[in-house]
Amino acid sequence: MKQFRGFVIKEFYHIFRDKRSLFILFGMPIAQILLFGFAITNEINNVDIAVLDHSKDATTEEMINSIAASEYFSIDQFIEREADIETVFKQGKVKAVLNIEKDFSQKLIKDGKAYVQIITDATDPNTANTIFNYVTSILQKFQSSKNKSAEFPYQIVPQTRMVYNPELKSVFMFVPGVMTIILMLVSAMMTSISITREKELGTMEILLVSPLKPFQVIVGKVVPYIFLSVINAIVIVVLSIFIFKMPVEGSLFLLGLESVLFIITALALGILISSIAQTQQTAMMISLMGLMLPVILLSGFIFPISSMPFILQIISNIVPAKWFIIIIKGIMLKGVGLWFIWKETLVLLGMTVFFIGLSVKKYKIRLE
Amino acid sequence: MMENNNVIEVKELTKMFGDFTAVSAITFEVKQGEIFGFLGANGAGKTTAMKMLIGISKPTAGDARVAGFDVASEAENIKKNIGYMSQKFALYDDLTVKENITFFGGIYGLTRAKIKEKTRELTEELGLKDLTDQMVGSLPLGWKQKIAFSVSLLHEPKIVFLDEPTGGVDPITRRQFWEMIYKSANKGTTIFVTTHYMDEAEYCDRVSIMVNGKIEALDSPKKLKEQYGAETMNDVFLKLARG
Repeated sequence: MKQFRGFVIKEFYHIFRDKRSLFILFGMPIAQILLFGFAITNEINNVDIAVLDHSKDATTEEMINSIAASEYFSIDQFIEREADIETVFKQGKVKAVLNIEKDFSQKLIKDGKAYVQIITDATDPNTANTIFNYVTSILQKFQSSKNKSAEFPYQIVPQTRMVYNPELKSVFMFVPGVMTIILMLVSAMMTSISITREKELGTMEILLVSPLKPFQVIVGKVVPYIFLSVINAIVIVVLSIFIFKMPVEGSLFLLGLESVLFIITALALGILISSIAQTQQTAMMISLMGLMLPVILLSGFIFPISSMPFILQIISNIVPAKWFIIIIKGIMLKGVGLWFIWKETLVLLGMTVFFIGLSVKKYKIRLE
Repeated sequence: MMENNNVIEVKELTKMFGDFTAVSAITFEVKQGEIFGFLGANGAGKTTAMKMLIGISKPTAGDARVAGFDVASEAENIKKNIGYMSQKFALYDDLTVKENITFFGGIYGLTRAKIKEKTRELTEELGLKDLTDQMVGSLPLGWKQKIAFSVSLLHEPKIVFLDEPTGGVDPITRRQFWEMIYKSANKGTTIFVTTHYMDEAEYCDRVSIMVNGKIEALDSPKKLKEQYGAETMNDVFLKLARG
């Protein structure tokens, strides 16, 4: 045990004396979370829209005001003719046009129904979609407030409720993804690099010739990264709670346990990579290509899995990050307990056991 | 095993990688306190043979006992009784001299007091007193090799395996390095050393020369030179290597 402690202390020296490691360990998580939180966002804010109001009556005026009053939209201009719609889009400033039909108030009262067309600039489909959702939700709110005061409710609209993230705050979507990336990066990439470094420098041989057992060497290399990953996870959660007011509906304890499980999955992958790679550079390339890309592209972090081609949907199942993202989204946003995520947890657990088994086998072959 | 003062006994030791025979039935003994030179061209199989002796590679066939323990089944016991220094760096560049000593002392199970004592001893002997808090990476190669050798002796092993310890080092430092080797051999430590430098072979008590996985010659440098009618060990080596 004393030998082991000395080993871990040595590992910390390596980490704290290498500026690059320090940056990846502590600079990256904070930079990423802030970047995703503030800069890269598909949230909309003060989007310029144009209004083509064919009725110009009291109801439409009120309706337009309620849209203009929201922080999401500002009315850039009023247009008079259908032909102007294309012109304003071509100018590029306006992202959406509200096209209100003729005799809006009368139709509402007479038919109990009236139409507003929302035309969006779909060159950026994500934003267009978001704008559509926002406008719809504002209109619904407006309508229900009108109905309350009216004697005869003039329209029954099926309510589309947006659950879990009613404000569609994208940062809530990004936090789980960023957390997954960081844990993967720190645990898998950093350990695989630190183990292959010993191989490259020739010190691994020295360690294998020492009375330390091979698994002690590996565990000794991994322990500091478990510790640092846990700190990272805490930093990310704290940042997202206090800066982005992200809710953590579920149990923090469960969140912690699941994070530790994912950290161990990632570490097992890191060990596996280091048993294949002979140099730090190879280890880094395999980590980036083999781990980071799938985490970003196939985990559902940025692109929804349900809208992927069928074959990619299948492949996404072998990406551990996918399961972890489902788990933490469940805990943080929906507040579910273990009962609802035991399947995902089991998948992660199975993957971890598999990776550890595989690296033990690889390791043995190498020693023969 | 017979009662004698052989610390290494190798019999018909063989290592195969698939169809390729890297080490082919080598047999030799090394006595306690001996400086045993293990020579051979690159790819002759010396590193593979050495790896089997230090317990990180399992022999395909044959027996070998190091410090009284069987390499195939008692590798863990061997590891406690040997020191090892490889041709690449044996020390961590980003740790100070003192931290390196503490670390390696630690993994060999030395007590803190013992490590302190050894650190003082070692730095005094090497004239390193002012450099203990320097990063090893900032020291010249010659210094590193000398410190690495001393570190491999920290736990007072019976046998030290040196894998091309003087590669890339200037002649003066090599000279000093060999003085250190003599010193510890005089104290009873057995030295098993591989080298490229044929002049270094002359410093050994006995040398073996490996060619294509087999030991082609094994004797004291003096006798080998007589046997092959050569002026220097280099000539002996060339004659053997060319067949």
